Parts: sequence; structure tokens; C-alpha cells
Amino acid sequence: MILAGLLCWQLAVRLLGVPIVLVPAPTDVARALVAGLANGELPRQAWVSLQEILAGFGLASVAGLCSALLLTQSRLAEKALMPLIVLTQSVPKVAMAPILLIWFGTGMTSKVITTALVAFFPMLINSVLGLRSADREHVDMLRSFGATRRQILWRLTLPSALPSLFAGLEVAVVLSVTGAIVAEFVGSSAGLGYLMQATNFSLDVATTFAVLVVLGGIGLSLHGAVAWINRRFVFWSTP
Amino acid sequence: MMAGREEPLAAVNDIAAFHLCQVNKRYRSSQGSTVQALADINLTVRPGEFLSVVGPSGCGKSTLLKLIIGLTEPTSGHVRFGPGGRAAGRIGMVFQQPLLLPWRTVLGNVLLPRDITRDTPAPAAEERALELLAMLGLEQFAQHYPGELSGGMQQRVGIGRALLHDPSILLMDEPFGALDAMTRDQLGVDLLRIWEADRKTVVFVTHSIPEAVLLADRVVIMTPRPGEIADVLDVPIERPRTLERVNTPAFGELVARIRAAFRHESTYR
Repeated sequence: MILAGLLCWQLAVRLLGVPIVLVPAPTDVARALVAGLANGELPRQAWVSLQEILAGFGLASVAGLCSALLLTQSRLAEKALMPLIVLTQSVPKVAMAPILLIWFGTGMTSKVITTALVAFFPMLINSVLGLRSADREHVDMLRSFGATRRQILWRLTLPSALPSLFAGLEVAVVLSVTGAIVAEFVGSSAGLGYLMQATNFSLDVATTFAVLVVLGGIGLSLHGAVAWINRRFVFWSTP
Repeated sequence: MMAGREEPLAAVNDIAAFHLCQVNKRYRSSQGSTVQALADINLTVRPGEFLSVVGPSGCGKSTLLKLIIGLTEPTSGHVRFGPGGRAAGRIGMVFQQPLLLPWRTVLGNVLLPRDITRDTPAPAAEERALELLAMLGLEQFAQHYPGELSGGMQQRVGIGRALLHDPSILLMDEPFGALDAMTRDQLGVDLLRIWEADRKTVVFVTHSIPEAVLLADRVVIMTPRPGEIADVLDVPIERPRTLERVNTPAFGELVARIRAAFRHESTYR
């Protein structure tokens, strides 16, 4: 399927004589990809973006899970914070990127924070859902054996939440890639987002496409890694 | 447990395993109205007796068990225990659903109460758990996960878990209600065999009249709205009991009497 698609693309570009600055043929993209990898430019920029993605994703995951714990374990925290969270969730997070750029500069920090913001909410919502998924009967069962609140949390609530937590992580990791690239678009001097814009301006569209391929590769592998850990770790809920 | 049975009968009868005195339980429903789940329950449960509680859905049977184990408090009245009180590990409960933790193996699930109380050394607890699994016919499934077991086997694991601490009182809340008829009969017979070994005090809630009669020394008949004890009947059928007893006239007569009690209740209401 993919090969057939690439073949059609190649033929269409070549037969219709589409200029390379509009749509490069797959072979052009492949050539740019090999060149970029060979001169070290693609790996170097990819490494910058990957650091931002991973730091932002890590921050979002930890913050999302901790906030969810607070929200589900304390009724007061839920009443005080939930409206605030719903309110801030309805603001598009990437719109914050220019402001964060002013606050934290053009370096990595502003990218990490934008990424974390974008990935935080799906993580939070899924964590809350997961931490509420333990049913009353199981809680009663544990209580009948004398379990304390903390024991119920560790032995029932957290393990029951794992399937949802991983669903949140899978969404968050993909959004982290988006977040980092958008943040780089807004203002940066390094990273794949920067490289895309730079090559786009210089009409080196074949390289822009090559960056897209690398981005796709990063997104797929990160998602694959989370999914793999999920299958290994949450063996009871994945078929 | 065996030592208790060797005491003179009178002495045993003097001590109640526990008793419920003028127990009322009301709660507020989601519509805001007050529901009387249990009304004026007086019941003395003797040590070592097998007591069945029958009644239709909504008659407060499950609430009764929750009160006994302390998952909920009575609105008025009290639950008193004999010597030993309501100490941790003294009461074991089996629920309608197996309620196993899917991330723990069968052995891990049976060991769950020990992981909560941490009162026995791990090797001793594990030895006890393996004994229980052997008694329940599950020894070769110790390292399996609940998802790989049938409903009947899962419920056996639930029974093993309740027995881990060797409780003197075993509460069973429609434990076979979710199982098919054949599995249900088999588990009933198995339960009797286990019970004959050390005669724990058992309170067995069910909505099956034959099951209640087959298992119990006494049958408590409960009626709904409000949950009341309508009658308590002795079951003078000798032990050990087997499924064949179901076909005896004495058995049929008792079942008919209990059915009649329910019919009577529903007509005058």
C-alpha cells in the first residue's frame, strides 16, 4: 500500500512536471534525507527536538499524575481546582507559545514548557478517569480485610488506574512532538521545527519533507515505546 | 476450633458468636427520601453454626452482612461479638462477585489479606495459601492470573482469600449467585466439606431456598421494605449433607414451608 502510494506520487510528480519547490518527488526527499543524515545536520537538530519532547513529556506526565492524585484524593482540592482546570483547558495551549517565548527566552526552556502544557491535559484527564475506575465493591472487599486508605490507594486505586494512565501517556507523547515543533516554529535557533522553517524559506522543500519524515519516525517510535511498555506492564487489560 | 466443639454443649450455647440487637439501618436514597434497609433486627448467631439468610432482592441481606463485618454502622441498635470481639482476621467475607485483583496471580490474590495486615511471616502465609488452594482444587493454578480462570474457579479463589486468616466467622454474600446451576451445586457441596472440617460460624446469604436449606442449621427468612426477619426455621436434617438430601421428603417439606412464608408475606402486603 505504502509502496504503491509512493510510486504514484513519484510518477505524478515526474509526469506532470511539478516544480520541486512545490512538491518534491519521493526520490528527492530520500536524497535530501540521506544528505541531511550524512552531514550530521538532521541528527543534530533531531537531538535538540527530542530533548525538548522528552523533557516536556516527562514533566507533563509527572505533573498530570500528581495533579490527578490530588484531585481524586482530596475533595477540597477537587472543588477548588477542577473549575480552574476546565477553564484553562479550553484555551488553546499553543497560543501560549509566544508568551512563553517572552518569559523564558528562545532557548530550550520555553519549548519544554510549551510541550509540557500541551501534553499535560490529556494526561491529567486520563489519570483522573483511571484513578476513579476502581469500583465500590473492590474497595469494600479490601476494607473487609482491614485495609487503610493508603493501602487501598496502593493496592487497588493505582493499579486499576494503569490502563487509563497509559492511554493518557500514549496521547501525551504524540502531542509532545506537536508541542515541541510548534514552539520551535514560534521562535528558535535549533531543532527540527527551526530546520523546517529555515529550509522552507530557502525553498529547499525536499529537506523540509525529509524533516517531516524524521518527525514521523520520532513520533512513531515514541508512541511505539509507550505502547510496548503498556503491553508488558498492564498485561491484564491489553488483549 | 476443634477445642471449642469438645466443650459441653451447654457452655457452647451460652456464648454467642455475635448478636444483633434492635438493629435499624436507614439511608438516604439518591432521590432524597429515607429508605429503611433493616428494621428491628434481633438475631443471635451461635458459634459454629451454619446460618442461611434467604429473602428477595432488596430485603437488606447484604446490608446485614456489611453491618456484621463493620463496613457500615447501624443507624440504631448494635452488633455485639462474643469473646475476641471484631478483631482483624476474625471475620472473613466472600462476595457475590469474586472481586479478584487481575494483576495478581491466584496465589497473590489469596495472600492479599496477609499483605494488608502483615501479621504473619510471608513463608508461613504462603504455605497456608497453598494448602487452601489444594483444598479448593486449584493447586495447579497458583501461578495463573484470574483472567485465565472460569467463574466458578474465580469464586473458589475468593473463598480461599476469605479463609487465609482462618477466621472464626465466615460471611458469604450470595457467593454462588453469579454461577451456573451445576457449578453452584458443586461449590455448595465443596463448601460443606470445608465447613465440616472445622465448623466455622457461617452466615450465608442467598436467594435460593433449596441452597439455604441444604447448607444450613437454621434458615433466617427476611422480607423487604423494610428489611425484617419474618421467621427463623431449624433445619433438622442430619449431617454430613449431600446433594441427594434434596430428594428427601423432609427437605421438600422445609423448602415448601419457606416458599409459603414468602407467598404469605406478599399477599397480605
